[in-house]
Amino acid sequence: MNVSLILIILLVGAFATFLAGDKLASKVALFFGLAAAGASIVLLNHYNLGENIGFINQWITQPNISFALKADGLSMAMLLLTTVLTPIIIFSSFGNDYKNSKSFYALILFMSFAMAGTFLASDGLLYYIFWELSLIPIYFIALIWGNGDVEERKKAVVKFFIYTLAGSLFMLVAFVYMYQKAGSLLLEDLYKLNLTATEQLWMFLAFFLAYAIKIPLIPFHTWQANVYQKAPTVGTMLLSGIMLKMGLYSVIRWQLPLAPLAAKEYMYIFIGLGIAGVIYGSIVALKQKDLKKLLAYSSLAHVGLIAAGTYTLTLDGLRGAVLQMIAHGFVVVGLFYAAEIIFRRYETRAIAEMGGIRSQSPKFTSMFLILVLASVALPTTFNFIGEFTVLYSLSQINIWFAILGGTTIILGAYYMLKMFQHAMLGETNTKSFADVTINEGITLVLIIGVLFFFGMYPKPITDLITPSLEEILTQINRIN
Amino acid sequence: MNTLIAIIGLGVLCLLFEIFNLRKAIVPITIIGLLAVLGLTISEFNSTESYYNNMIVVSKFSTTFSSLFIVLTIFLVALGHNFYENHQSKISDYIAIKIFLLAGAVAMVSFGNLAMFFLGIEVLSISLYILAASDRMNLKSNEAGMKYFLMGSFASGIILFGVCLIYGAMGSFDVTEISELSQSAELPVWFPIGIVLVTIGMLFKVAAVPFHFWAPDVYEGSPALTTALMSTLAKVVAMATLYKLLSVMNADVSESFKMVVVIISMASMTFGNIMALRQTNVKRMLAFSGVSHAGFMLMTLLSLSTSAGSLLYYASAYSLSGIAAFSVILYVCKNRDNEDVVNFHGLGKTNPLLAAILTAALLSMAGIPIFAGFFAKLVLFNQTIQAGYLALVIVAVVNSIISVGYYFKLILAMYTKEPNEERKGTPVIIYAVAVIAIVLNIALGLFPSFILDLLA
Repeated sequence: MNVSLILIILLVGAFATFLAGDKLASKVALFFGLAAAGASIVLLNHYNLGENIGFINQWITQPNISFALKADGLSMAMLLLTTVLTPIIIFSSFGNDYKNSKSFYALILFMSFAMAGTFLASDGLLYYIFWELSLIPIYFIALIWGNGDVEERKKAVVKFFIYTLAGSLFMLVAFVYMYQKAGSLLLEDLYKLNLTATEQLWMFLAFFLAYAIKIPLIPFHTWQANVYQKAPTVGTMLLSGIMLKMGLYSVIRWQLPLAPLAAKEYMYIFIGLGIAGVIYGSIVALKQKDLKKLLAYSSLAHVGLIAAGTYTLTLDGLRGAVLQMIAHGFVVVGLFYAAEIIFRRYETRAIAEMGGIRSQSPKFTSMFLILVLASVALPTTFNFIGEFTVLYSLSQINIWFAILGGTTIILGAYYMLKMFQHAMLGETNTKSFADVTINEGITLVLIIGVLFFFGMYPKPITDLITPSLEEILTQINRIN
Repeated sequence: MNTLIAIIGLGVLCLLFEIFNLRKAIVPITIIGLLAVLGLTISEFNSTESYYNNMIVVSKFSTTFSSLFIVLTIFLVALGHNFYENHQSKISDYIAIKIFLLAGAVAMVSFGNLAMFFLGIEVLSISLYILAASDRMNLKSNEAGMKYFLMGSFASGIILFGVCLIYGAMGSFDVTEISELSQSAELPVWFPIGIVLVTIGMLFKVAAVPFHFWAPDVYEGSPALTTALMSTLAKVVAMATLYKLLSVMNADVSESFKMVVVIISMASMTFGNIMALRQTNVKRMLAFSGVSHAGFMLMTLLSLSTSAGSLLYYASAYSLSGIAAFSVILYVCKNRDNEDVVNFHGLGKTNPLLAAILTAALLSMAGIPIFAGFFAKLVLFNQTIQAGYLALVIVAVVNSIISVGYYFKLILAMYTKEPNEERKGTPVIIYAVAVIAIVLNIALGLFPSFILDLLA
């Protein structure tokens, strides 16, 4: 049994969903999503028992490319994030009616397939293919099922596509260049490569362009808020919950170990870019009137901090970053879902038009409050562990980084609570707000449960990721 | 050799169908015939033989490319069934001309003598002139045929002039003799001049900048099926011939020649892509996109000794996605007097299958992974970096990004605009061709080694 099973389940699921027809599509998709989640938990078990669950097979002889999937702790953690969030995201869409839903759900599963592949691939070209492949479904999901004016949506989505494609093509050039040197693109062969400092700098920059656009880091973030706003909520969840993490994961897995000299040399610049994103995202979020846009900018701030954490090149920084990636994945899906629940009832995303929900639906209000507090890193939530570790690692580098990065918590608390106040409290809205349905309740409780459980007991995840992060760190520190 | 004879026999047979009034059966029988020829060609794959004093040389290169041409012709003939519905009385002429064109194409990749090369080029070109002007009551088609004929015959003249100079310098038309003589230290100055002239003529045929001016007008004016033929089969044939010509004559030794190739390649990609961005007519857009693809394929000329496999792969990927795209265009623009993007509005709603196929074909041309177009670019980039032209690869990458702009214009039109009118009927053959072409394309993407290793 190996990890290719997950990919097969998701891919078969995508086709099965498409063939199942519009009526059954959502249920079939959920079934395959759950199957993948179950299979990854079983695989995790096998992995913990010390079995080799990787997979490698020659694919193309000339140039020498293998279909290589590697599953270490880091990959497994990200794989679990993907496969657990996918059924939640599919389930969250059950209250909505989508036209041509067979294609819609098939695209979700296909995207999940591509993202899982990105986290598992250990051959440069295979990784690149999965990376690009994940772009196509989200493009169509946002374009066809998105909301708002068609022309504006088109602009936003095309900009997103061209931006990300442009960035990743330079990554492809970097891979081709390294292939010339190494004669293979397997991760372990690339790790053995001894590139000069100048070469490493160019590799680093080529990768950086791809990742900075995907994460996104300032100044490559301009696509983000518009796409988040225009995409259907499911698309936004996929983008912010999982797809952004592809960029962050790739920094740890590919960029830093392959170009450690450049990473060390210019560390301050890249940490600075991350921190700048934190401050910029938080300040812009303060001014947002649209709930989804506010969440988009808050997401920009949070991933900025995660990126800064990875670029510290310390074990704490990397570990905190991975923890926060997972925590942010869950919390942001929860928040966007809450926004969707409000939208289902009020048909608006403007914060000013909401209000008075608490008196009508205390259950929803308290769940929303928990999510808001989790996103601003309240102790006992998972996000606290992540952000705290990252801030700690930043303080080891330079105390000012930690202080500036800490604004994500201070400003975050300010704009999130202000939003909460306007949206949930205050005078009763003229429109009535029906209480959460069972489906909506289950989804939110699941997410909140995960956040609290790992907030109080993060050990399983830290144990899982630490060995592989240590391995990556030795790789980063191999030459000095 | 057998391939060539069989193809010409098939062409003659097509003409006979007219006499025996069997026009209804012509398309299926021609396809069966071509399949048989394809089998024959593949069976000759491992043999290397020369015929008639080296006039024709059958090699791995010629059999693989001939097979590709035959496959493309099968698709084009199949599409003809629907396209020539209203011209039943001339259908056997049209099909026969296509078969003769294929004979010219096969001669062009299997020549062993420059006379044969020129014969092949003329057979192919004259067939194309006729096909371009074949919609004889349509002013645009006449204009296209005339333009193509004038410019094309001029280019043929230049090629002929080049061949004469090469003969003058070497005293032979035989490529193996020319190749041996070209190794000597002292070359008469006429030889490089001759090569340059032949190259210029061939660059005209592949429509590379700055010899591309005919392409948009001719593509737009010709009947859509002829445009499909020009942009897939004819382009690939010309490119393969140029490759073979230069590699047998050892043209890649001189650095200055390579520099010119680099510049033409960059110019073709950039100019083609930028012009394509502004087009509203799909045929014109694909014409300019073809110019940029010619630029990509020219990159193979930088490492002549090793890149035959990647040229074959790129040619297959490009022409298969071209066939898939054009079969959708034929369906959408049937009985319309133009091929503007407007016609494609809302295709995603009215005909999701064909819209998906066109999307896939365009994604392949743009070089998005898992489609063959991606691997084609990848191996090309790999080879070009190996040959030491990193700057050219970076220009090519930037161009790949630009190309997404116009390919997506069409995709957006299909999925975001409201449909303007319903199209009736489901022509099975068009569907079949489109599906098979795109499935082949994806299969090549999943198993690139299958083609890449053929000429390794």
